[in-house]
Amino acid sequence: MRLSKRSAVLVATGLSGAMVLSACGGGDDDGGTGAAGGDGGSFSVYIGEPENPLVPGNTNETEGGQIVDSLFTRLVQYDVETNEAVFTGVAESIESEDQQTWTVNLKEGWTFHDGTPVTAQSFVDAWNYTAYSPNAQGNSYFFSNIAGYDQLQAPTDDAGNVTGEPAATEMSGLRVIDDRTFEVELTSPYAQWPTTTGYTAFAPLPEAFFEDPEGFGEQPIGNGPFQAEEALVPGQGITLTRYDDYAGETEGNADSVEYRIYTEQNTAYTDLQAGNVDIVDQLPPEVIASAEGEFGDRYLETAQGDITSLGFPTYDQRFADPNVRKAFSMAIDRQAISDAIFNGTRTPATSYISPVVDGFREDACQVCELNAEEANRLLDEAGFDRSQPVDLWFNAGAGHDAWMEAIGNQIRENLGVDYNLQGNLDFSEYLPLQDAQGMTGPFRSGWIMDYPVAENFLGPLYSTAAIPPAGSNVTFYSNPEFDQAIAEGNSAESNDAAIEAYQNAEDILLEDFPAAPLFYRLNQGAHSENVDNVIIDAFGRVRVADVQVVG
Amino acid sequence: MGRYVARRLLLTIPVLIGASFLIFALVYALPGDPIRALGGDRPLSPAVQAELREEFNLNDPFVIQYVKYLGDLVQGDFGTDFRGREVLDTIEQRLPVTVRLTVVAIAIEAVIGIIAGVLAGIRRNGFLDNLVLVSSTIIVSIPILVLAFVAQFVFGLQFGWFPIAGIGDGWYSYLLPGMVLAAGSLAYVARLTRTSVAENLRGDYVRTARAKGLPKRTVIVRHTLRNSLIPVVTFIGADIGTLMGGAIVTESVFNLPGLGRAVYDAIRAQEGAVVVGIVTLFVFFFIFFNLVVDVLYAVLDPRIRYD
Repeated sequence: MRLSKRSAVLVATGLSGAMVLSACGGGDDDGGTGAAGGDGGSFSVYIGEPENPLVPGNTNETEGGQIVDSLFTRLVQYDVETNEAVFTGVAESIESEDQQTWTVNLKEGWTFHDGTPVTAQSFVDAWNYTAYSPNAQGNSYFFSNIAGYDQLQAPTDDAGNVTGEPAATEMSGLRVIDDRTFEVELTSPYAQWPTTTGYTAFAPLPEAFFEDPEGFGEQPIGNGPFQAEEALVPGQGITLTRYDDYAGETEGNADSVEYRIYTEQNTAYTDLQAGNVDIVDQLPPEVIASAEGEFGDRYLETAQGDITSLGFPTYDQRFADPNVRKAFSMAIDRQAISDAIFNGTRTPATSYISPVVDGFREDACQVCELNAEEANRLLDEAGFDRSQPVDLWFNAGAGHDAWMEAIGNQIRENLGVDYNLQGNLDFSEYLPLQDAQGMTGPFRSGWIMDYPVAENFLGPLYSTAAIPPAGSNVTFYSNPEFDQAIAEGNSAESNDAAIEAYQNAEDILLEDFPAAPLFYRLNQGAHSENVDNVIIDAFGRVRVADVQVVG
Repeated sequence: MGRYVARRLLLTIPVLIGASFLIFALVYALPGDPIRALGGDRPLSPAVQAELREEFNLNDPFVIQYVKYLGDLVQGDFGTDFRGREVLDTIEQRLPVTVRLTVVAIAIEAVIGIIAGVLAGIRRNGFLDNLVLVSSTIIVSIPILVLAFVAQFVFGLQFGWFPIAGIGDGWYSYLLPGMVLAAGSLAYVARLTRTSVAENLRGDYVRTARAKGLPKRTVIVRHTLRNSLIPVVTFIGADIGTLMGGAIVTESVFNLPGLGRAVYDAIRAQEGAVVVGIVTLFVFFFIFFNLVVDVLYAVLDPRIRYD
């Protein structure tokens, strides 16, 4: 695949066309001259407490990600409708002959909020810093496919103790050509790589960061549409102001945005009802039924790039037979659970891939619908011992109790197999147990995409290389054919060829069935009458630059 | 008196060390791997996890971890949470919120509780007495979570009298949460005062004062109330410590960034240094206010001396 400026311009034109149609106005295309794009005003957005300092390389969760995304613009951005990479970011083009060595060209005129220019070095230094394991950055693994990443990882012994310094401080695969050009060499071909650079971790960092990383984490200096003129106050929030010298097309409309930290979604919702906060992008489950009526067209529902699955312990003798796993999948009425427990805010899954990304097929999974008769036939054939109950695992305190119990009840009713709920472990115990093959029955497994490519729903979850502790393949599924199909997709020359290969990989997965796809989540948000043009994307983030203040 | 106070303050040192050891042990005993949980479904890279465990001494045996913690503490280093934020910064930033909330709550509970108790105690079985009895029974029996949400909904959203959340309106922001937080204790203070006043009104010294022809107000305020306050002050003193540490629900519902919520989050994340730092501070406050109460005894009742 090759993403060039041309296709980006096409998409951008389509976008601005759509914006004119919906009478939204927004930023003008020459961009970055004074207050050209803004209509002024200020608004406030609900946010949960960020878990990490506001450093892109260390922000791997939604709350901090929301703030960091307003402060930084990366090489590419994602189209809000199609979720495809568009070149409205810092990159002019990202090109490769062999899908392995990529040449990144940067646009002119980009500056950080402190006035220093955004150069190739800003990216290379930032990525090296994040990858270097002694810096303990949470997003380090996003660079693991760049050549030389291994040299930046400190050696550890079997007990997990650090035993020395990494061999290098810079990845050999990153080479600065000139101020606006750098080269990235991957360990193996990956045609989707340009798209991945839209993820939070790939932001550039100014020189000021390396002088004082800690202070930077409280008050970052980015290159995005908004800048932080004051530091984040934990427990309270941060107010960002529009960066008037922003070089991109997605400049901010409002003068300022206040992120207000709430510990309880319910409180935020009450504040929204009273008009004290303008945008709440996550509504508490219990108000969803009434919120749509109350907020009318100010109620927003967006499909999320995620999937919830029922993983099977393929290492357990009882679940070693794919037919048993398919039988359990066919015993589950996904729609009924969505309606009864989630107020219809879950879409029954029909594929391992999320509908928000290219490559999703609506009818991929034939065994993802309730079919008790066929399920029992498969179970009989496999000689499954119905007299022993199955354990159903999920992590405690995260709202999984009700729907996992519903799944248990459906299994009992449709298959005649009793169940035990194993839901007493917190995440900190549940995850290590998963990694140690401790699941004695089907288990809840969740995944939120890092970047909008089909591969992100397949490789990180089911490839042999992703088996713990290296990755998230907690079903411990391993099939060389699947790995091969993914590799073919990664090195495919065109997007269509890549998608075809990924779908082949998914077909293998559907045959072996290491996990039963269950749901895709719909996100609910609402906003006050003070703001308009509120867009929540497939990552559950508010596109704050687009928001217009009308009140 | 001075020597007594000094001795009591010195005694808090071993208590605090003991308490911090216990809390440290309890956090250590929590099952699970906090570093593994940091990454969620997508684990942090093994080298990064190792780096973090090293940084927070998580690979060391318990006693070594504690000794290292104490060693840092002696040098004024309270440690950091997993995201690298100093515990001392957290305390510095959140303590004022907790203190303000506690001050408002204690003021409400003391003033309203004592006035209601005195009025009820003077005319036992009168209308006011029954009113205080019934209303305090109702308030005590409502869980604080319900009280908080109802108060927020009715007085914040429906009537709009108070801010719903946050501390943006200064002391006024603390009024409604303070009332909610004080409600349960207020009922106790009222009842304690009532019983105590009613009992003391039958005392010989009150009869003497009346016989001397002192005005009724002086008899009640100067003589009866002063003596009746000893159990009430004991309760309020202990309550200050409880309110500071136990305001998690109120802080969460009204979105006040205080210490209660911070310690709750830290326990869930198994951030030992944060939990130990804040809870030990709570223990100190508890001891301190009990000392204040003991000193107040001597002020209220001249027969009590500490020399």
